[in-house]
Amino acid sequence: MVFRSFFNKIKQGLAKTRDLLSGIFRLKGRVDQKFLDELEKRLYLADVGTVATTEILTQVRQAFLDKEITGDVEKFVKDKLKALLDSPREGIRFAEAGPTVVLVAGVNGSGKTTSIAKLAKYCQDQKKKVIVAACDTFRAAAVEQLTIWSQRLGCEIIKNQQGSDPASVAHDACEAARSRKADVLIVDTAGRLHTQAHLMKELEKIHRVVNKSVPGAPHEVLLVLDATGGQNSISQAEHFKKAIQCTGIVLAKLDGTAKGGAIFGIKQKLNLPVKFVGVGEKLDDLEVFDPEAYVEALFND
Amino acid sequence: MFETITRGLTDALKMLRGRGRLTEANMRDGLRQVRTALLEADVNFNVANEFIERVTQTALGKEVLRSLDPSEQIIQIIYTELAQLMGPVDHRFHFAKDRPTVIMLCGLQGSGKTTTAGKLALLLRDKLGRKPMLVAADLQRPAAVDQLKVLGEQLGIAVYSEGAAVPGGKGPNPISVCQNALTHAKKTLLDTVILDTAGRLHIAEMPMDELKQIDRLVKPDDVFLVCDAMTGQDAVNSSKAFNDALDLNGVILTKLDGDARGGAALSIKEVTKVPIKYIGVGEKLQALEEFHPDRMAQRILGHGDIMGIVEKVQRVQQQLSQEEIQKQQEKLEKGNFTLDDFRKQFETIAKMGNMKELMAQMPGMGQMIPEGEDPDVAVRRIQGMIDSMTKKERRDPDLIDLSRRRRIADGSGTQPHEVKQFLNQFDQVRAIMRQMAQMSMWQRMKMIMGMGKSGMFDPGAMMPKTKIGTGHRKSPKERADERKKKRKQDKRR
Ligand SMILES: Nc1nc2c(ncn2[C@@H]2O[C@H](COP(=O)(O)OP(=O)(O)OP(=O)(O)O)[C@@H](O)[C@H]2O)c(=O)[nH]1
Ligand SMILES: Nc1nc2c(ncn2[C@@H]2O[C@H](COP(=O)(O)OP(=O)(O)OP(=O)(O)O)[C@@H](O)[C@H]2O)c(=O)[nH]1
Ligand SMILES: [Mg+2]
Ligand SMILES: [Mg+2]
Repeated sequence: MVFRSFFNKIKQGLAKTRDLLSGIFRLKGRVDQKFLDELEKRLYLADVGTVATTEILTQVRQAFLDKEITGDVEKFVKDKLKALLDSPREGIRFAEAGPTVVLVAGVNGSGKTTSIAKLAKYCQDQKKKVIVAACDTFRAAAVEQLTIWSQRLGCEIIKNQQGSDPASVAHDACEAARSRKADVLIVDTAGRLHTQAHLMKELEKIHRVVNKSVPGAPHEVLLVLDATGGQNSISQAEHFKKAIQCTGIVLAKLDGTAKGGAIFGIKQKLNLPVKFVGVGEKLDDLEVFDPEAYVEALFND
Repeated sequence: MFETITRGLTDALKMLRGRGRLTEANMRDGLRQVRTALLEADVNFNVANEFIERVTQTALGKEVLRSLDPSEQIIQIIYTELAQLMGPVDHRFHFAKDRPTVIMLCGLQGSGKTTTAGKLALLLRDKLGRKPMLVAADLQRPAAVDQLKVLGEQLGIAVYSEGAAVPGGKGPNPISVCQNALTHAKKTLLDTVILDTAGRLHIAEMPMDELKQIDRLVKPDDVFLVCDAMTGQDAVNSSKAFNDALDLNGVILTKLDGDARGGAALSIKEVTKVPIKYIGVGEKLQALEEFHPDRMAQRILGHGDIMGIVEKVQRVQQQLSQEEIQKQQEKLEKGNFTLDDFRKQFETIAKMGNMKELMAQMPGMGQMIPEGEDPDVAVRRIQGMIDSMTKKERRDPDLIDLSRRRRIADGSGTQPHEVKQFLNQFDQVRAIMRQMAQMSMWQRMKMIMGMGKSGMFDPGAMMPKTKIGTGHRKSPKERADERKKKRKQDKRR
């Protein structure tokens, strides 16, 4: 499946045009206000937001104002952007012993359940035994949705009926993961807006229960963000991180025309890295985040 | 956020307090702050720039009103423009008369279509007395059909489904499901069919084609785009693509119960020009509300006491124009309303912010602005004619004969017959003014400003620019023909 990989496609595209400058760096002339305006536009249109955009623009102005637009400018901008996103590329950090518990959360409809199915596949591909837990007991047919995915994956699912207590499903799932010697337990949770205090409390409770049931758990707490989201994603990350100490982000729906540039603001403000990206609705449409290819994609037309 | 805007504007404009005019130069810094605020609220970059340009143009040359902080004047303009751009409100549905009404929901993945389908069904049944049926036309996403069925059960509303897609493609397909649903609705005497379609990317060719086919074969009376209020810059791309493919009748903005500033609302409205009809404010099926552009404008600007400022500015403007009207009133009572007074009146009203539309509603003056002509141009033409008259002529227009008309026409770059026509219209205005002298102050205000019930606090009500339904949703063929015609015309120009 490598040939249709999202990041590989970007890189292949680059290889083909290696000596051509991408996007705005093709502009001729000097780094002037017009060039800076173009750069600003490009960054804003990718949802990069004010803080990171201003920072980049200031640095480019200082380093290159009135100089010729060359490959140096392109390299400088891209290096700065990559540096902003820099973090070890590690995917999921598995526990040394016992089941690795991955808790997944996010606002409504961001792509949690689908991403969980993909993550399960990703773990299965590494020969891990996976169990999923259907802790979204609120939304209509959320349990059925995860059940269908588990059937396609051939993995076990721990669930209860709609309306039951999500924390107790999480508890049961932890017990099951231990007793059945699963390598990975992935916990789905109901979508919730970060501003809903009682629902954030509920999430904290799930986190606590998991932590009590399996030592060191949850080992990963992934926040699923919708790449079409704008600056509100920063507010989401802030609240979710505060409530359940997120360890990373899954940036879903990157296969559209949106670039999800809010991740710059999130990294700057909260030091929360992107771990995976979602690039489609199928099980294979998940990739480990690659900051280099991502930054290149920002400037691809 | 609103505090940042006010502070920025106040700092940038403090030298102007109580005197001078607003110019591009003295507004620039303040408006940059406003632009940043809009971008932080997720208004699209290009839309935000255009918006700032509009505000600049509207504010340009305005006198700084005494007893007001110039920043307050600009905030009032920003707020009014924002609300106008996102309006007008139109919460109607197009109900068919002789067959079940069909409402199609479409949008990106996870935007809230299925939930909104449930919400609409409830609203249609309980508030509008319809007999709705939900149609499970998302055969792709796991358990999408179940989800709609559960909602239907909770509401006690019928759900039509043929199950989900089967690998290999032998099972049901969304197009025939929608067609069969319509037949079924007729049979079971249900009068409103709501199609819950699968989420799809606007750049995915096949899925978009599928929607077009449903549109062509099932002929929905209303096609709504369901859009997540947290959407960022990309809102313009997706909404444009959906609108191009389907000619949307409305937009429903979901998930506004959070803290998203919702700048996407402005972007989508600017690109599609279709009204935003409803907003989703929660996961519960009751959580659907009518869209209000004024509230959305406040939200985008970051709340704060916007309305306090807006109302204050309007009060001062009203007071000033009232003083002006009072003066004229005294003259009227003495029986002489001259062209000088008329010119002043014209200017007073033109000065009242961006309320040129009001002109058209003024008794007698409406006719002076030919249909389709920019009121600005008309006002300037009339001012030119008056300025080309002598003092004597202005006081006593009856003096103006053919040779004087020619001179005035030459002086103002108009035609003698236009001068004549204007003078005739002025005669009518003068008659109305005499009549008005006998009315109460309040009646007069109402008549002059055409404010009546539609009130200046609902700026959306004054902007008839958007596509409002005509009750007939054009078939794709009609639309294609229209587009072709339009293209031809464009070419000819
Ligand atoms: N194109 C695309 N669609 C995706 C991606 N990830 C998820 N989706 C779709 O987005 C929609 C919502 O996904 P879900 O996984 O149900 O989202 P969720 O966060 O679990 O939603 P709730 O549980 O209702 O809050 C579905 O239609 C998915 O198929 C992605 O990476 N690309
Ligand atoms: N807070 C909040 N959540 C909402 C609102 N509208 C929908 N949701 C939630 O958003 C998530 C996605 O909603 P769906 O109705 O499944 O979205 P959809 O567009 O049908 O998704 P797909 O069919 O997968 O494309 C669910 O968790 C809903 O409960 C709203 O107005 N406010
Ligand atoms: Mg889910
Ligand atoms: Mg749906």
